[in-house]
Amino acid sequence: MERILPFLSVLSRRRFLGTAGAVTLAMASRPAAAEAEPVSMHGENVTLTVNGRRHALDLDPRVTLLDALREHLGLTGTKKGCDQGQCGACTVIVNGQRINSCLTLAVMHAGDEITTIEGLEEDGNLHPMQAAFVRHDGLQCGYCTPGQICSAVALLAEHNAGWPSYATADFATAPVLTDAEIAERMSGNICRCSAYANIVSAIREVAEGGRT
Amino acid sequence: MKPFRYERADSVASACASATEPTAKFIAGGTNLLDLMKLQIETPTHLVDIGPLPLAEIEETADGGLRIGARVTNSVLAADMRVRRRYPVLSQAILAGASTQLRNKATTGGNLLQRTRCSYFYDTTKPCNKRMPGSGCAALEGLNRMNAVIGVSRDCIAAHGSDMAVAMAALDARIETVAADGATRTIPIDALYRPPGNTPHIETVLAPGELIESVLLPPPPPGRQLYRKVRDRASYAFALVSVAVIVAREDDHVRAARVAFGGISYKPWRSAEAEAALVGAPVTQASFDAAGRAALQDARGYGSNDFKIPLARRTLRAVLADATGVI
Repeated sequence: MERILPFLSVLSRRRFLGTAGAVTLAMASRPAAAEAEPVSMHGENVTLTVNGRRHALDLDPRVTLLDALREHLGLTGTKKGCDQGQCGACTVIVNGQRINSCLTLAVMHAGDEITTIEGLEEDGNLHPMQAAFVRHDGLQCGYCTPGQICSAVALLAEHNAGWPSYATADFATAPVLTDAEIAERMSGNICRCSAYANIVSAIREVAEGGRT
Repeated sequence: MKPFRYERADSVASACASATEPTAKFIAGGTNLLDLMKLQIETPTHLVDIGPLPLAEIEETADGGLRIGARVTNSVLAADMRVRRRYPVLSQAILAGASTQLRNKATTGGNLLQRTRCSYFYDTTKPCNKRMPGSGCAALEGLNRMNAVIGVSRDCIAAHGSDMAVAMAALDARIETVAADGATRTIPIDALYRPPGNTPHIETVLAPGELIESVLLPPPPPGRQLYRKVRDRASYAFALVSVAVIVAREDDHVRAARVAFGGISYKPWRSAEAEAALVGAPVTQASFDAAGRAALQDARGYGSNDFKIPLARRTLRAVLADATGVI
């Protein structure tokens, strides 16, 4: 088990600067109205299992899973886009299912198996979905890509489990993974460079069993 | 986000007891609550995480229905083969909402209790009687394209955002709750939501500490089930208008009909008026038009959302035509 001490984190300086900036802003814009009675808080101990490694953390309960990954564990592959569940850049896989890591608290994930983009490769080789995104140019700037790839990996598992989507015509049978199905199932991941066509072809290639 | 005390519930009884203070909240999926907490629209001082509780099963009931645990995720419920075969309108409605990432976290109970996406509820620089009682309603004369047209008041014209609840309204779902004193009750879904009146910040009949344990679906009614959602983009957008219908025909007449709308009211809007107009009527476009007129007779627009009234009528007509095979 690895204990991450916040003050040893490679991110501590950046975090300090970010916090200092936020304090300045908060003081400048602090409303005159009386604040409610402060709530006494204490840190919550939680052990997160990320990409197969266990990390014991002492966290403010307000820390989202996304911020725990990025700011406390240094796993910056997972991206913060909108921070409100609309863009999908923060998508990670928890117990086999993709979720928005920005809309869940880290302390709610004790005992869960969390997989981020950093955990997809095997023995130094890209995951087939990562390789397919590269081959198909499923990106331009790349900011949404870790979320897109985690989402796509989980999408295939959901499809293999027979899950339908809104694009599924007949709910009583297992759906066929058409391009319309892939597009609907990926609608939680936005790509502002609009690499959608190539993202769909990358996913289709992996779904069909490999390079076409 | 304001500070809060975080507590993992270890039993239903202790969860309810912990959440009786008015500033406490249950948290399950958290996809709506945490979003609102970041914006300080929700400022609970105490979060009771019901993640460790059971309540995540879908069970057959003795009468041929289903009991859905409050923590069953939207994804699991939509994919359940019993739901897909017997309540396809529910699977369709759930899959019409949000994204897979959100449905994987969002729960059955939380979906019912999600808060409005009225843009003025979210905009903390504007008045909103729901967010800040007594401050006024900025939507009334503002950009109210997404707002409600029926059942609301001049104090609040917010629309309920759920798709799932619209199908559940058509299916006569009942909500099973347990209170802090251990008392249980069953609430018809239509009675769960309080009309806004002059207290739009009080949205349901649930008491502090009262926990939704499960949702009961009676056996499916006869007829074809369909859900259609009209929205600004093809996926991952809230409804302008949505319609759930369950309609059975006998020869050339409608034998039985259930009609519920989404996007037009403070709650999933079951229309007894449309159903009464349909039952016994000939299966024709004219009958479907009449049902739409009956459903929206008490509706009124507030400017930008005037279009929702004819849109709701036309969507109902189209869904009924699909469900009955009328061209």
